[in-house]
Amino acid sequence: MAHPTSGPAAGPQIREIRSAGTIRMAIPLVALAAALIAPFWFYPIFVMKFLCFALFAAAFNLLLGYTGLLSFGHAAFFGGGAYFTAHVVKIWGLTPELGLIVGTLGAAALGLVIGAIALRRSGIYFTMITLALAQMFYFFCLQAPFTHGEDGLQLGPRGHLFGVIDLGQAMNLYYFVLAVVLIGMFVIWRFVNSPFGMILRSIRDNEQRAISLGYSVQAYKLGAFVMSAALSGLAGGLKALVFQLATLTDVAWQMSGEVVLMTLIGGIGTQAGPVVGSGVFIALQNNLATSDFPVTIIMGVVFMVCVLVFRRGIVGNSLPRASGGRLG
Amino acid sequence: MIFGVPLQALLGQLMLGLINGSFYALLSLGLAVIFGLLRVINFAHGAQFMLGAFTALLLAKHLGIGYWFALVLVPLLVGLFGVIIERTMLSRLYKLDHLYGLLFTFGLALTIEGTFRYFFGSSGLPYSAPAALQSPPVNLGFMVLPRYRAWVIVASLIVCLATWVLIEKTKLGAYLRAATENPTLVQAFGVNVPLLLTLTYGFGVALAALAGVLAAPVYQVSPLMGSNLIIVVFAVVVVGGMGSIMGAIVTGYALGLAEGLTKVFYPEASNIVIFVIMAIVLILRPAGLFGKEA
Repeated sequence: MAHPTSGPAAGPQIREIRSAGTIRMAIPLVALAAALIAPFWFYPIFVMKFLCFALFAAAFNLLLGYTGLLSFGHAAFFGGGAYFTAHVVKIWGLTPELGLIVGTLGAAALGLVIGAIALRRSGIYFTMITLALAQMFYFFCLQAPFTHGEDGLQLGPRGHLFGVIDLGQAMNLYYFVLAVVLIGMFVIWRFVNSPFGMILRSIRDNEQRAISLGYSVQAYKLGAFVMSAALSGLAGGLKALVFQLATLTDVAWQMSGEVVLMTLIGGIGTQAGPVVGSGVFIALQNNLATSDFPVTIIMGVVFMVCVLVFRRGIVGNSLPRASGGRLG
Repeated sequence: MIFGVPLQALLGQLMLGLINGSFYALLSLGLAVIFGLLRVINFAHGAQFMLGAFTALLLAKHLGIGYWFALVLVPLLVGLFGVIIERTMLSRLYKLDHLYGLLFTFGLALTIEGTFRYFFGSSGLPYSAPAALQSPPVNLGFMVLPRYRAWVIVASLIVCLATWVLIEKTKLGAYLRAATENPTLVQAFGVNVPLLLTLTYGFGVALAALAGVLAAPVYQVSPLMGSNLIIVVFAVVVVGGMGSIMGAIVTGYALGLAEGLTKVFYPEASNIVIFVIMAIVLILRPAGLFGKEA
């Protein structure tokens, strides 16, 4: 091949391995404690927005970081999940948790279709196909009556969880969102560290070898794609419940770009990266929303700078240089 | 009447399809040329298309430079912009995974579009066609053809064919194709491959800008005119496969026509028909219609 892909750069690897173990235990606990008390310091809606996007970025990273597939169409799953959840809660009048389940399953089904088509090609073509199919879904949402077009699907009162707990109360809603996001994160963590996840990493690092070892690479990739789509749908459904709104913004291609940027800022292929990245991104977006300077320019420049000089992201740079890893 | 559709309406939509197809062909051609040598998918292609249209508009407004002169000057200016981008930034990414080139140019596209939106707003601005091409429309007997539209089709065909000849039939094109196959070997023969890469990117960007100038009188000039187009062009490129220059051209025109036909018979599906065709092609022939299995 004329253009060599980047191999793992040699670097100090053994450094700090011992202390890394303790830190790795401590960070999630500190983060959990912070998440539990966060709504007392910050505006709860802001923290919930961050949580939804953290889950979305983590789900996206499952595919890019651990399988090596760059999807540029994840807005379809996020926005699709939002629409499905909103439809179930508003039109069918069911409880929020059922809405989330339908949102997740709907996004998974969408992921199965889009993934099966896009995985016919690999590399850069895969990325373009996911973008094109997501755009097709966008046009479908633009015209389909159930999305209410430009107005979006607006939810009424937030409803009762399991028919009992009133989600109209800000704190109830916050801890419900936190619980769902933590469950989602746990699923991702389990998935990545399962034998299935190990095979995904072997595909990422050396697809030919994984094939020669007898793994059905296409099936594993599709599995990862559907998993990632389902969790993105869960994040989208949560977002719809928090903001009581599912709109075309959620399915537009800009959303797909945003989740790529969040993951890139935080660190592709790291557990904490997407969470940190989405935190930075949401904070940035919130601060810029009040000024009239367009977010798009900042996003574009951050993208270019990250790709040129900061490819390992915030979390990736703070870790000892990992072995393997095609990206980052 | 054909299938209950008046002939006039059918031909009119086919003509519009052919116009759209001209732009698909020009843009997917540029993408294919850049990808062939640089292995970079130029996500900023749509933004550079828009940049071409805006540069023509601004040249006319502030310097009084007309359409015909802009047709030459704008591709040079925007191509130079591309050369600078390639030299200073993009060339650092060649050794990395190809995905980084895509991400970088995506960031570039956002920056360019954001900047123009900041200064010019999102609404479209008119750019009038040169007097020689304005009136009266040509009556072909079976339909009336506005002159400018006819010119767009002719001009895009000429540019496409000229590019094909340049790449497939000239010495420079031979270097280019050889460098696509094996850059190290070509460099060993004394060809300045980094310069070739820079010029190729500049050329691809100039093609996008030229398409932008051609499009300025047809569509409204707006900061967002490129971003929606580029996603469709990606689908065109997937259908055609980027291995062949001719493939990119033919697919561009054919899909433009398919879109025009859909507007006549089933308008609701007209903006997704290209994506549907892409999905079907992927299922039946994953490498694309003209692509080599890669």
